[in-house]
Amino acid sequence: MSILVVAEHDNTAVNPATLKTLAAAKAIGGDIDVLVAGKDCATVADELAKAEGVNKVVLADNAVYEHQLAENVSKLVADLGNDYSHVLAPATTTGKNFMPRVAALLDVAQISDIIAVESADTFKRPIYAGNAIATVQAEDAIKVITVRATAFDAVASEGGSGSVEAIDAVFDNDKSEFVGEQLAESERPELTAAEIVISGGRGMQNGENFKLIEDIADKLGAAVGASRAAVDAGFVPNDMQVGQTGKIVAPQLYIAVGISGAIQHLAGMKDSKVIVAINKDEEAPIFQVADYGLVADLFEVLPELNEKL
Amino acid sequence: MKILVAVKRVIDYNVKVRVKPDQSDVDLANVKMALNPFCEIAVEEAVRLKEAGTADEVVVVSIGPKAVQEQLRTALALGADRAIQVETDDMPDSLSAAKILKGVVEREEPDMIILGKQSIDSDNNQTGQMLAALTDMPQGTFASKVEVADGHVSVTREVDGGLQTVKLALPAVVTTDLRLNEPRYASLPNIMKAKRKPLETVSTDDLDVSVKRTVKLLKVESPAERSAGVKVADVDELVDKLKNEAKVL
Repeated sequence: MSILVVAEHDNTAVNPATLKTLAAAKAIGGDIDVLVAGKDCATVADELAKAEGVNKVVLADNAVYEHQLAENVSKLVADLGNDYSHVLAPATTTGKNFMPRVAALLDVAQISDIIAVESADTFKRPIYAGNAIATVQAEDAIKVITVRATAFDAVASEGGSGSVEAIDAVFDNDKSEFVGEQLAESERPELTAAEIVISGGRGMQNGENFKLIEDIADKLGAAVGASRAAVDAGFVPNDMQVGQTGKIVAPQLYIAVGISGAIQHLAGMKDSKVIVAINKDEEAPIFQVADYGLVADLFEVLPELNEKL
Repeated sequence: MKILVAVKRVIDYNVKVRVKPDQSDVDLANVKMALNPFCEIAVEEAVRLKEAGTADEVVVVSIGPKAVQEQLRTALALGADRAIQVETDDMPDSLSAAKILKGVVEREEPDMIILGKQSIDSDNNQTGQMLAALTDMPQGTFASKVEVADGHVSVTREVDGGLQTVKLALPAVVTTDLRLNEPRYASLPNIMKAKRKPLETVSTDDLDVSVKRTVKLLKVESPAERSAGVKVADVDELVDKLKNEAKVL
């Protein structure tokens, strides 16, 4: 068996989700090659060649892959993927965007968002917003899989001795082009990789009040998240949304403030090690999953918590 | 321009699913079903494009047994012009759905196809991308803004770090994210009118598509239960528990 892992990166640094996807590849077993497609991304390839268990890094360095346009990347991955038994990518918005295209080009099914590897062809994945866990067996010759990064522990980023092989395969198209991007700037750790996450919901009442959460986050070195209600109400940008349709997090500590705990939100955070809920409604469903619950007004509790940390 | 919208019948998003005791699947008997929320957003966007004069026809399609006609009627009540049901015995997997939709696309030749980004039952997030690949169309997934001009569509996409904008040549496939729009409610007169709008039923043979399933569902389990937590009295107790009992601070 041989596995191709498609690396996620921003052309300069490896996204940690890639190392977690490598852990899933290791659990499947077999030789692991990594594809780095991008523009001026040789440092990313060198970095990944040192990751634990990597046999070879295939580097496709060309302007057509700079923004990971699905139309181009999927053709490259499908072209290479024919020689592998498994093709894996992290279940990030980038992986979710191009991988189903890869699967369709290879005429195979895709297994989305796996959380466990049972064997080389059998995997576990959550369905119905995480309210059920399905065990599925793939019969296709090539298994195309996206990996839920929070479910796997990253492999070591040092100590490996893979080789780097540059290829000049160019797949371009004239139907799609990148126009621009607006990335949210944050000094805090990335939401999906943070050890501590503190999230606010509708109970925060407005965007300014998120300052109360941010102050605590800065003290704890935590990332700040939000429920869909807080995002839809315009309190915070949507890349902070935790839930079934937002980001999936599994930190050591998750603090939910003013969040009722709808099943769509729980789907994004209930695998956190310790969950704390602060809510003034003692009937709120969040208390059913919280390890520690505090029934109180968040506007009184947050300043006090900030002071005592 | 003609817009094709694919919609799916799924469990109502408010229902808490139960796993069958024999672990063969989740129990969908006597459970309330509805239009997948992302598909509702897709229908709404198509109808808005029609109201803006950009589109002149909105066709909705759904795949599955007769029961999916209920969701097609809902889409018609929301403003779609006509509906197509592709009759299958059960719900196909994403690749089969994409192949069936490709058959519909070849018949209807729409300028744009709008789907939801994922269905809330299988949580796959695949069909739109697969359809785009099979028809060799460009794709704009996780759309939070769609603007059509001069044979192109500009799609603002919700990506992990923020927003990204791509420009796609039509025909193109767009999949909707939550913040694309706020779907309207169907009014009673429109629900009545929708009963008279055309709804055509076709088979997979008519579309010359064969479907197979290559992923076997072996087992469905309930997720591990979290052990019951405790309520703390005040902030001091909370901080103390986090430091000394849970040791996470």
